[in-house]
Amino acid sequence: MGKLSLRHAVVNKDICVACGTCVDVCPMSAMEIFRGSFAKPMEEKCVGCGRCARECPASAIAVEVRA
Amino acid sequence: MNKQRHWYHYLWIWSIIYFSLGFFNILFAWLGLISFCLPLIFAIGGGNKLFCNRYCDRGQLLRALGSQVGLYARKDMPQWMKGKAFRYGFMIFFFAMFFNIIYTSYLVAGETQSIQEAVTVLWSFQLPWSWTYSSDVAPWVAQFAFGLYSLMLTSEIIALVTMLIYKPRSWCVFCPMGTLTQTICKAKAQ
Repeated sequence: MGKLSLRHAVVNKDICVACGTCVDVCPMSAMEIFRGSFAKPMEEKCVGCGRCARECPASAIAVEVRA
Repeated sequence: MNKQRHWYHYLWIWSIIYFSLGFFNILFAWLGLISFCLPLIFAIGGGNKLFCNRYCDRGQLLRALGSQVGLYARKDMPQWMKGKAFRYGFMIFFFAMFFNIIYTSYLVAGETQSIQEAVTVLWSFQLPWSWTYSSDVAPWVAQFAFGLYSLMLTSEIIALVTMLIYKPRSWCVFCPMGTLTQTICKAKAQ
């Protein structure tokens, strides 16, 4: 398994509208829509670039330092 | 990293074709029912929002005009617009308007009301649209088409305005079909 990046995307499930914008814009194909309910980052792929957070119309994504 | 392009990445063209066809013959407006039925089929049948995520022509058009052409202000939507009250309120209002279209068509079918050969934008402004209708079909069929085209055009205008002011797919936050299908998916996932 590769090394995880320092930062990663975190989705607020209560705000996410599952529109799929993040899936479209993610350069790493690290986002998926879980059961049509909310976006879910794939931890091993996410590099925390923040593109999804910038484009998310619902402002449901934040980029945070991994715990 | 470039992603592979598929046929469904070009569905934004359908939005343009749909509104263009309705400008010449209003009966093409019936095709708008596809945008009502497909998301429900995906949500009820598959428990997913694949229509929104992959096949929504409007979502793609907003992304193309917003992100690729750059027609957006990159502002955050106000908090109340993203809240559940507004999203569900707008969904109820939108479907009430949709059922009003069905009711009006029913009245026209029963000859209690005469057909209105006009497109109503933003539920307020009537635009003359009579050249698109030749009385080859039953009046209620055309009345439903005028109503549905009005609803589709109105929502397209709202989507484009919110794209310009906020982010490309801001419409998706309070899209009535998106809200409805997400509710169905969440219920199915439990």
